[in-house]
Amino acid sequence: MSPILEIEKLTKSFSDVKAVQGVSLRIQEGICFGLLGPNGAGKTTTIEIMEGITEASSGKVLYRGEKISDTFYHKIGIQFQATSLQDFLTVKETLTMFSKLYSKTIEMAELIRICALEEFIHRDNRKLSGGQRQRLLLAIALVNDPEIVFLDEPTTGLDPQSRRNFWTLINKIKSQGKTIVLTTHYMDEAQILCDHIAIMDKGKIIANDTPENLLKNHFGDFIIQLPTTEIITPIENIGINTTIRNEIAEFQTHDLDDALKKLINAGISLKHMNLRTWNLEDLFLSLTGEELRL
Amino acid sequence: MKQFFAVFNARNIEFLRDTSALSWNILLPVLLVLAFAFIFSNDNKTIYKVAVYGEQNATQSPSFTFMQTRHVEFIREYSLTAAIRKVDTHQLDMVIDFSPPSRYWINSTSSSGYLTERILWGTGGRSFQKETVDGQEVRYVDWVLPGILAMNMMFSCLFGVGYVIVRYRKNGFLKRLKATPLSPLQFLVAQMLSRLLLIQALTILIYIGCDFFIDFKMLGSYLNLFIISLLGAICLISLGLLVAARLSSEELAGGLLNLISWPMMLLSGVWFSLEGTAAWVKMLAQLLPLTHLVEGARTIMTEGASLMDISYQLAVLSIMSIVFLFIGARIFRWE
Repeated sequence: MSPILEIEKLTKSFSDVKAVQGVSLRIQEGICFGLLGPNGAGKTTTIEIMEGITEASSGKVLYRGEKISDTFYHKIGIQFQATSLQDFLTVKETLTMFSKLYSKTIEMAELIRICALEEFIHRDNRKLSGGQRQRLLLAIALVNDPEIVFLDEPTTGLDPQSRRNFWTLINKIKSQGKTIVLTTHYMDEAQILCDHIAIMDKGKIIANDTPENLLKNHFGDFIIQLPTTEIITPIENIGINTTIRNEIAEFQTHDLDDALKKLINAGISLKHMNLRTWNLEDLFLSLTGEELRL
Repeated sequence: MKQFFAVFNARNIEFLRDTSALSWNILLPVLLVLAFAFIFSNDNKTIYKVAVYGEQNATQSPSFTFMQTRHVEFIREYSLTAAIRKVDTHQLDMVIDFSPPSRYWINSTSSSGYLTERILWGTGGRSFQKETVDGQEVRYVDWVLPGILAMNMMFSCLFGVGYVIVRYRKNGFLKRLKATPLSPLQFLVAQMLSRLLLIQALTILIYIGCDFFIDFKMLGSYLNLFIISLLGAICLISLGLLVAARLSSEELAGGLLNLISWPMMLLSGVWFSLEGTAAWVKMLAQLLPLTHLVEGARTIMTEGASLMDISYQLAVLSIMSIVFLFIGARIFRWE
């Protein structure tokens, strides 16, 4: 199946900084594609090259197999990381202004319903809460009924309720068959929303697959967590792959029965045991390291 | 007290490290003082203004000492009609036409005209044929009104367009527009027309409101006044667009817009006439769009000038508008 959007060997340099170094990706139609990475990994630069906002130093961006042209802006919707809107305009006036910039638009009532803007449709842009503002920016991104929607860290700074509300909206958009390209810092968000994930670090793609495949290929199926105070036997003698993080020993295993037997045989109390599966955050930290990125 | 000094120091550091704002705070008063010092440094002040017309055989005669009189400024006028109109409105004290029969014009209601005539008689011009006009002096309020309206337009056009676009760029609104099919030209023209409509409507409103109370002198056509103000506003908006074409710092944009607007406010004849200032000041003033807008509007209002009479101002404003808009559109960046 040919991808709706494809990038080939993209590079982008800013004076002496190589922000993107030979990135290639294929994004299939109708999926939510997550581009993850720590701060400064090159996610925003990559996504802005895909959008046609930033020019690549080298490489190609193909939309349905063709180089992107001036009409590309009619096909896509964008929600940037940070966008201010015009003061004194209401939500409805803002949407009307943006809708008039396109030849094909979604019906206003439908857009308001999808993005749940009814409550504050006549409110001044300056008086919107963080969540309301993000919903309006999403509505602007959808105003031209785009085939591809780019969302650059859309839930950063939102409270948990607003984030979950936003996820519902994104799933609603996805159910309409639109392709979504999402960058985010939140691994739970990526895990819930994304069908395919690429992890970037230092301008390069270091992992690229479905979340399930990525987790399966990088880890065992389960993690048994125990406080280090319970471990009375030297860890290397237990016979399970173990890491210690914040005074918690994490035993990784594909065979839960066998692992539990080994722990009991080693005389370890399972009273404070916690069992969990791997998630994207584990994968992310495993691939990009735990040192602080500025 | 500790808390007070903590906030006090933080604000001082913030101000001192904002180099563009700091330098502007230092630079502006220095520039103003220097400008005033240079512009009005001429101690050899003129008291009377006399326009000279026609062949100057008499001026070359050593016996004709009138032309050597100190503190009288002799201005070469190429249009006798325009010169006489200026005597009629008290902008000139006398006009002398050397073509035979040698004649001079004064305003019979002007004390300066009377005294200039006495000087002429006392310096060999007794035989000149006397002509009089009797127009009333243009009140300062009538003279200054076109300047004030034009200055208001200037601030609204420069800051209302230039500063706002820089703010849009800084807060990412322009970047959002870039991600739509909107072209830079469409955006710039929309900004221009929006401000044009607003400023024209406001100017008309202010004019009508003030006229109701003060009853301005308006000798020309309202249509002509509208045309020159329209062209002036287009020119000033284009200048604002040019300044804002690439900047993304509001502080720098504010500084640059002040740097442009202050000389215009001082040198474009808004508050006082530049007659009597150095030639280079007058030349500098000709480079400023506000000068041409003020001159055009003032000539229409106080002298009843036609569009043909102000064709020079109309031409200069048109050329400046095209140049500013062309360069602004060429170098414009969304981000």
